[in-house]
Amino acid sequence: MSDTVIEARGLTKRYGSNVAVNGIDFSVEAGEVIGLLGPNGAGKTTTILMLLGLTEADGGDVVILGKDPVRQPLQVKADVGYLPDSVGFYNNMTGRENLAYTARLSGLSHAQAAENIAAALEKVRLTDVADKRVSTYSHGMRKRLGIAELLMRKCRIAILDEPTSGLDPQSTRELLDLIRSLSRDGMTILLSSHILDAVQSVCHRIALFNKGRIGFLGTMEELAAKLGGGAFIVDVEADGIDLSKAVKSAKGVKSVTPDGDGQWHIETERDIRPELGRLIVQAGGDLRNMDLRRTRLDEAYDRFFKEYGNEA
Amino acid sequence: MKREGSPFKGVMTVALKEAADHMTSARMHLIMLLVLLTAIGAVYGAINHIRDTTSEDPFLFLKLFTTAQQPLPSFASFLGFLLPLVAIALGFDAINGEYGRRTMSRLLAQPIYRDALLFGKFLGALLVIAIALLTLWLLMTGLGILFLGLPPSGPELVRSIAYLAATLVYAGVWLALAMAFSTLIRSAATAALAALALWLILSVFWSMIAPLVAGAISPVDPYNPMTLLSNFETQQVIARISPQTLYGEVSSMLLDPSNRSVGPIFMSQLQGALINAPLPTMQSLTIIWPQISGLFAAMVLLFTLAYTVFQRQEVRA
Repeated sequence: MSDTVIEARGLTKRYGSNVAVNGIDFSVEAGEVIGLLGPNGAGKTTTILMLLGLTEADGGDVVILGKDPVRQPLQVKADVGYLPDSVGFYNNMTGRENLAYTARLSGLSHAQAAENIAAALEKVRLTDVADKRVSTYSHGMRKRLGIAELLMRKCRIAILDEPTSGLDPQSTRELLDLIRSLSRDGMTILLSSHILDAVQSVCHRIALFNKGRIGFLGTMEELAAKLGGGAFIVDVEADGIDLSKAVKSAKGVKSVTPDGDGQWHIETERDIRPELGRLIVQAGGDLRNMDLRRTRLDEAYDRFFKEYGNEA
Repeated sequence: MKREGSPFKGVMTVALKEAADHMTSARMHLIMLLVLLTAIGAVYGAINHIRDTTSEDPFLFLKLFTTAQQPLPSFASFLGFLLPLVAIALGFDAINGEYGRRTMSRLLAQPIYRDALLFGKFLGALLVIAIALLTLWLLMTGLGILFLGLPPSGPELVRSIAYLAATLVYAGVWLALAMAFSTLIRSAATAALAALALWLILSVFWSMIAPLVAGAISPVDPYNPMTLLSNFETQQVIARISPQTLYGEVSSMLLDPSNRSVGPIFMSQLQGALINAPLPTMQSLTIIWPQISGLFAAMVLLFTLAYTVFQRQEVRA
């Protein structure tokens, strides 16, 4: 399974003088789960809309499953499912009727649609409420109904825009489990989010968006390695000393961040606790506590946008 | 750039869904109740009036549509006034409603073109209006037969069916207008108000505006009788911008066989004519053909406007 299903080259979109997406290149292999990450307004949704042919690109081109979404939109859209950021349904219809409508639009026969819908609803655990009006559904149920639609249409590629936004932790976990199981069934999934934590567990690779560009594309480990620099963080509690000055020159220290009230986060390349301890004591400080931990990915992510944010 | 696949894929699915929605919506029920009540009132008044004057007219059945008994106006003028309201009620939130419910991006992600969505919505609403009109028409025919004991004759049937078709086109103009507003204006309430405002201007105030504008463009010179004619003609041209004027002319021509012209007529033209003798149906249709084409053109124009704007619209709200 190493055929490329999505290939984007030099994708560009301008709204007036504002460049929303500025020359993006990336490709997605079949069966992958790719996370598009970035702050709001970084160009994630615009990129997704261009992939689907719902917005015309100002430059560059896209090939999805060997087809051009601008020239052959029907064939592309038949195989690619899209779950919008704020997904809406017809409130006066039941969940099942809503799916039946889109099933007819995508050209499924009546019997085939009924069968697919029942299976999809079962999979997203909405069978019990399938015949209730969508107006009674919670936010999480609507998102799951949206996923049921993609399942029902048997899409090969699913593009989910902010699937976890606005969900409580429990629903988020359920949704991510669902995405994981879709991926196991062989679906290629593109999902966007502005919270790394929420999606890092399901993505094979991530693309970091910033100001209309992809700043990084690769696996979590590669991201950690690239940004890690200092792969360890020592949390120090000490009195009577300003670590910012005292330790800066020490060997192996990448940076020192004060955290108020005699606490500091020291980023290091390796475990330098013994040296640090000696240094603090020699400088006349009272060392109270010292903890070593690995850099968390979300810290790395934050730093990425701090470091690269001003470049673009 | 050529796109592949039929733009009509999904049109019928959208149309039938829209029609089903309209049929069951409270909005439609209310407005049809209004139309039905006024229609029955108008026909009842007409029947009472016709009873007294049975022997006067060979086209009694058509009189059902046009006879007015004070204070009620005739059925035809009722329809001319209320039908736009029905069409606006069905069309004002066609497109912006989908954005409001956030269903637009999901719908457009289905393997259909935008064309299908817009055209399907138009067809769906038009289908509902057609069903409502047919029901009204059958109701009137039934009431006429019941109370007057008089079945419609062949020419009468043809004329009233032609009238029905013209009425549908007239409703289509307003539906296209409402849908154009629903595409242009993001808020459904604003779109409804804009459409209603235009409806009020064209159906109530236009007949007052036309003479004023005509007076400014071609003023009447009391010493030159020809200026009187040109003033009248200018006035008529301006009045005909309103679809209601066109529809009024169509219905008066079709429903009254003795009508010979919609414009000014000269004594010389009447020479040898049998005053009040009915015109053949085809002749009436020929006279009124420009008006019908005008209505049709207005419908197509407004729909095209909505179509062009909708095609270029950004999907995200």
